[in-house]
Amino acid sequence: MKTVIIKYNAGNIRSVMFALDRIGVEGIVTDDPETIKSADKVIFPGVGEASTAMKYLQERKLDKLITDLKQPVLGICLGMQLMCKHSEENNTPCLGIFDVEVKRFTSPVDNLLKIPQIGWNNITGLYSTMFEHVPENSYMYFVHSYYAALSSETVATANYVINYSAGLQKDNFYAVQFHPEKSAVAGQKILENFLKL
Amino acid sequence: MLTKRIIPCLDIKDGRTVKGVNFENIRDAGDPIELGALYAEQGADELVFLDITATNERRKTLSELVTRIAKHVNIPFTVGGGISSVEDVNVLLQSGADKISVNTSAFKRPELVDELAREFGSQCVVLAIDTRFEDGDWYVYLNGGRVKTDIKAYDWAKEAVQRGAGELLLTSMNNDGTKQGFALDITGKLSQHLNVPVIASGGAGTMDHFVDVFENAQADAALAASIFHYKEIEIPALKTYLYQRGLNIRF
Repeated sequence: MKTVIIKYNAGNIRSVMFALDRIGVEGIVTDDPETIKSADKVIFPGVGEASTAMKYLQERKLDKLITDLKQPVLGICLGMQLMCKHSEENNTPCLGIFDVEVKRFTSPVDNLLKIPQIGWNNITGLYSTMFEHVPENSYMYFVHSYYAALSSETVATANYVINYSAGLQKDNFYAVQFHPEKSAVAGQKILENFLKL
Repeated sequence: MLTKRIIPCLDIKDGRTVKGVNFENIRDAGDPIELGALYAEQGADELVFLDITATNERRKTLSELVTRIAKHVNIPFTVGGGISSVEDVNVLLQSGADKISVNTSAFKRPELVDELAREFGSQCVVLAIDTRFEDGDWYVYLNGGRVKTDIKAYDWAKEAVQRGAGELLLTSMNNDGTKQGFALDITGKLSQHLNVPVIASGGAGTMDHFVDVFENAQADAALAASIFHYKEIEIPALKTYLYQRGLNIRF
């Protein structure tokens, strides 16, 4: 099995590679179109800013390539947001795999909301093969200022003042807002499930 | 709901943990990786590694250590100590650190915070402040608490957040080592007025001290070292206790 991690200008790629190492899978980090296309599994990670990341992908024609992939694809954090239709972060049109808007967290009038959300939050309404044997209310590690709204493609929900999509799925495209590679045993289970698809 | 975080802190020198640690269930208590992995297994929510190495070799030793930690530890970790440039941070993040913390270097050149936030994002920039209460207020101390400044901790924290710090790690020198509890007033002031998470540090001695700092000072996370290393408080028991007291805790 060939597992590819898409290399682009948006951080945390090594963490994903190490997490794969821990479950005995060697991840290939690459931006080579042929290698990505021929992979069995593709992981699209990311920590960073939406418009710079989209620009980078477009310049290398990786945007079209990702959208056309037929094998299982897992977007993580910014990767998931880029798979949505549009992000409020610098008003960025994204890949449009999911018909979902990405918005910025805002403080309610009576409460100072800390942004980014940093830390462990529970996920509910789990409805995807990537969550097999992952119990409802499992805690995952989140770090983000923007969130994907709820939609018919939501397969996991988290709450930070409002309910939002912690997981999305459509056909062969899977995505999580949290960092499974940093979410202890529960996160590792999700990576294992994805690799078994 | 977002949980309160429990964070053990490990002091590192020349790639080894410094404080004497007594764990019979690990082979080498001086090995930061083994100790870090054990804490992760016990339910620690994050780890902080503070490097106090003062040799020329430190940068290389530290980046190698960070890579080894990242390979073996499945929870987020922060690395701090002697970081003073974008390049220092780049090396550590590339090696696998999730966040870095800056202290004296950022105070001396506050633009460093802007540069780091712009380059890597606020989410990985932790501003550490050592503070002491005297003459009626909390003042910033530098160089591991050896050098006093005339700037108030709240003012510096506020400026750093405006510049892009994504989290604050506040250590009260008055409380550190006393085991008499965290500094609730200054922790609460930062937490209630600044819109980034605050990690309280210094003074933990009992489980109730953690309850206090979460409930009465609205800390987002609490950091401690020796009480965990010497097993005066064990993380599973602490998390159970906090949960029973109605706090949001991850299991």
